[in-house]
Amino acid sequence: MLILECPYCGVKAEETELAAGGEAHLKRFGPGSSDDEFHDYLFMRENPKGVHFERWRHANGCGKWFHAARCTTTLEVFGTYSAQTLEPPKELLDKISEKRPGWTWRDLG
Amino acid sequence: MSTRLASQGRLIDRSKTIEFTFNGKRMTGHAGDTLASALLANDQMMMGRSFKYHRPRGVVASGSEEPNALMGLGTGDRFEPNQRATTTELFSGLSAQSQNHWPNLEFDVLAINNKLGRFLTAGFYYKMFIHPKPFWKHIYEPIIRRSAGLGKAPDKELKDADTYEHFYFFCDVLVAGGGVAGLQAAKAAAASGAKVLLMEQNAHWGGRAPVDGGTIDGLSPDAWIEKTLAELAEMDNVTMRSRSMVSGVYDHGYALGYERLNDHEPGNGAPRHRLWRIRASQIVTATGAIERPLSFSGNDVPGVMLAAAMRDYVVNWGVTPGQKVIVVTNNDDAYRTALVLHEAGVEVVRVLDARSAGGGALMEEVRQKGIRVECGRAIAKVKSGKRVTKVSICAQSGVGGAQEEVSCDAVAMSGGWSPVVHLWSHCGGKLIWDEAAAHFRPDADRPPLGDNGQGFVVPAGSANGPMGLGDVLADASAAGAAAAEAAGFSAVKTAAPEVSVQDELPLEPVWLMPAQAEVSLRMKSWLDYQNDVKVTDVQLAAREGYESVEHTKRYTTLGMATDQGKLSNINGLAMLADSLGASIPEVGTTTFRPPYHPISMGAIAGEARGKIFQPIRKTPMHDWHEANGAEFEPVGHWRRPYAFVRSGESTHDAVMREVSNTRERLGLLDASTLGKLIVKGPDAGKFLDMMYTNMMSTLKIGKCRYGLMCSENGFLIDDGVVARIDDDTWLCHTTTGGAERIHGHMEEWLQTEWWDWNVYVANVTEQYAQVAVVGPNARKVLEKLNAQAGGGMDLSAEALPFMEWRDGKIGSFDCRAYRISFSGELSYEIAVPASQGRAFWDALIEAGQEFGVMPYGTECLHIMRAEKGFIMIGDETDGTVIPQDLNMQWAISKKKEDFLGKRAHTRSHMADPERWKLVGLETVDGSVLPDGAYALGEGVNANGQKNMIGRVTSTYHSPTLGRGIAMGLVKHGPDRMGDVIEFPGTDGKVYKAKIVDPVFYDKEGAKQNV
Repeated sequence: MLILECPYCGVKAEETELAAGGEAHLKRFGPGSSDDEFHDYLFMRENPKGVHFERWRHANGCGKWFHAARCTTTLEVFGTYSAQTLEPPKELLDKISEKRPGWTWRDLG
Repeated sequence: MSTRLASQGRLIDRSKTIEFTFNGKRMTGHAGDTLASALLANDQMMMGRSFKYHRPRGVVASGSEEPNALMGLGTGDRFEPNQRATTTELFSGLSAQSQNHWPNLEFDVLAINNKLGRFLTAGFYYKMFIHPKPFWKHIYEPIIRRSAGLGKAPDKELKDADTYEHFYFFCDVLVAGGGVAGLQAAKAAAASGAKVLLMEQNAHWGGRAPVDGGTIDGLSPDAWIEKTLAELAEMDNVTMRSRSMVSGVYDHGYALGYERLNDHEPGNGAPRHRLWRIRASQIVTATGAIERPLSFSGNDVPGVMLAAAMRDYVVNWGVTPGQKVIVVTNNDDAYRTALVLHEAGVEVVRVLDARSAGGGALMEEVRQKGIRVECGRAIAKVKSGKRVTKVSICAQSGVGGAQEEVSCDAVAMSGGWSPVVHLWSHCGGKLIWDEAAAHFRPDADRPPLGDNGQGFVVPAGSANGPMGLGDVLADASAAGAAAAEAAGFSAVKTAAPEVSVQDELPLEPVWLMPAQAEVSLRMKSWLDYQNDVKVTDVQLAAREGYESVEHTKRYTTLGMATDQGKLSNINGLAMLADSLGASIPEVGTTTFRPPYHPISMGAIAGEARGKIFQPIRKTPMHDWHEANGAEFEPVGHWRRPYAFVRSGESTHDAVMREVSNTRERLGLLDASTLGKLIVKGPDAGKFLDMMYTNMMSTLKIGKCRYGLMCSENGFLIDDGVVARIDDDTWLCHTTTGGAERIHGHMEEWLQTEWWDWNVYVANVTEQYAQVAVVGPNARKVLEKLNAQAGGGMDLSAEALPFMEWRDGKIGSFDCRAYRISFSGELSYEIAVPASQGRAFWDALIEAGQEFGVMPYGTECLHIMRAEKGFIMIGDETDGTVIPQDLNMQWAISKKKEDFLGKRAHTRSHMADPERWKLVGLETVDGSVLPDGAYALGEGVNANGQKNMIGRVTSTYHSPTLGRGIAMGLVKHGPDRMGDVIEFPGTDGKVYKAKIVDPVFYDKEGAKQNV
């Protein structure tokens, strides 16, 4: 029963209000992409023990999608931020580096 | 014998006598008794038989850790198995039955298992029941099912007669446990102004401090508890609940409380149980400690009991389990039991202290009372039977030789105390092994973390390790203040109470008694009473290579019973460590999982039963349907009429009549449940081109187009008719079950991928009532409404052609009329404001009388669409089907560069010509194909199963064609027209069907386009 703060409406929402949306910052591949690119886009996902970036929707609330950065082992939430961005904000990355020195996630960290 | 004492019994009211029955026998107890104390007062020491060996078992503990005294409670629709006698408060008329015996408790046939013990060792089932293979299903499984299982399940025909509820609560500090530590922690936390919830699982507050003695701030524990309760009751920021257990701690400060409101007083009008769904900033676990049994031969014979539990029965309920008691211990605390028994006039035959040097001040006090204390001594074995009669005594250090036999009728044992760390551990709190105290306790450096990365659980009192009264209260004071601080309050310094209590010497770990016990003793030394796991089982598992404690647990079933090993875990893993030659912390513990103690299914379900199991969505015409014979079917949360059944008619008859009537005259369908999404904005056309496989941006205002939606994987997810309303507005119909899902799907892409596109989506499904007016007389009835009330909409084929829509008035109703057809007949789907839905429906029914109007339900809809070969999402599709499988290439735009699913459709597997494709199926004999049946092909697959070449997706009896019709997906189907293939049914028959075109009726579409 995680608590995540919705960056749009400011509500500290409980998991029952939220819908999980899988891994964050996927780059969409459409027509014209190679088989490998498209395959990876559809199916290949991070499964980290530690820092992870996810998509969530405040489904039973304001309805907005947002991003969350959290630790999959301790459940610590580093922060939530807009869904309308291609990468996590710098302050958040700095905060994670402070708390989890040496972390990596895809090409971040 | 066990009996009621003349004195003692702080929790019972001797002036009130209560009658109850045990196995049909009438007994009496007093107000304040538990079922266990009342049974003991009636000399009912044996309370059940064990799970596997059916050995006689008596009560061992006095609280929720009890493994043996499980009862079936109540009768009929209030029967519940596996209830602990120790936590069941006695009430008038209580009816209890003991478990795991046949024909009765005293004489049990399966007690033979006890003699077969050597064959029923760890992993017995895995080893024994493998061969021969067919034996499992027909011989082994039925026998095991009959003889195994704890208690018996309630009658499946009966529904629980009680009510249950959920309750939401938010607080700064939740204190779990209302013993002296919990009270002190709550007091310390509340002093800061924090909102505190204090929960105690028992009916009485203060835990076991009053039994153990000493003074707190110069008061007796009872007086201090009363004073502290009064102080807490005065505080507005404190809520207290007894009979309420914190059963689990979950992520980020979520906790469940389980309040038992009327188990002690059935029929008091309250719900039986209330599940508290708690959000706490901080959780203090003042859950106390549990005494460990000692592992000696016969430690499960009725009359062998935990020393502290025996003390509880004497002090709390004025009951002694025996007249001649032997106390056996490895610590000082058990001497308190000897003192209490002696005080109550019970003969303490001997105290056996496994420590060669014995104990401290408490031991001296016992000796001064003239009680014989022997140090370095142990119990070799308790003589088997239904009751303790004799105990053999030996040296603790040996193998169990040179025994001395002593008569007694009860044994009080103590192997030391284990902090109750369950709540600390539920959400990831880690433990450390305390060598001196020989127990695991919370590691303060590794607590479970909240969303802010800080710990949110604070252990307090003996749950944190300290066992002496003074240390417990000091620890609890600090814990309460620390929790308040962590919750954002400034803690007020609360002095820990002054206590006086006797000092204790440290215990000496004893994991096996005697230490080198020979095998004949070990194989009768029980670790887990409830699952009948013995010392030899764990040793065998270790010999067979089980090293992980988690594997050993599952192999031996140690700790897997309903008590989750509250008594057995530490002894079991110490035994495993010993067998593996490893240290206890190296072996570690198994995982603690909620609930701490079983909670009722009713409490979990709460109010969500029967009619309010889930919210039901009803259309504006629902009442009419109900009053006119509708049989409903659930579609998502909607209830749609399946058919309108007339008296004297079967459901099948009704469906057939509805189809014929609609095709020949006039049918009305309540289509209000159809999803309606408004998609609006400058980029709406571009967006819909991405959402649908078809081109929607080019749709002309006033026109409709049938569209398909795929996921990014290329699979069909929804379909429906899209109407262009104006320059930047489209209305998208979705399937009934799909409105919310597709709305969410659109929002997801708009918010997370194309957030720079100017588009809004609104779900207006419930804003409109929609009626499909279908059949050759459809235009006539609408024109009659116009004629009656002067509505203005021109409904002629010229003014409103097929696949177009118009806004206007029909009769007196503001309408949007769509010329679309899911039946193949002349059809208008007419949307009116939801508030007008019922009036519009009534007007159509009345005006339609002369045209033979009848309402029809979803089954008629399905048959008519199947006759036309129209697909249904969820029938023809199952999440693995692409439009090409359904021969719907015509609905896939070739002009668009991109849409969701386009790239996926070019993947090799999607373009594979071997994919099963949609065809019509006609049984050779006209019968109806079984739904979901598979068609057999040639040969077998790698598993030796016959190869499949297709399956039935929709199948009905068509009254229009007078025969069974079906659709199915068949390998190379479209190329095999006219071939006959075989579908074996589950009924043993083989159905032969001819592959045909899926459009069975009016292939040219002449009837809908008039």
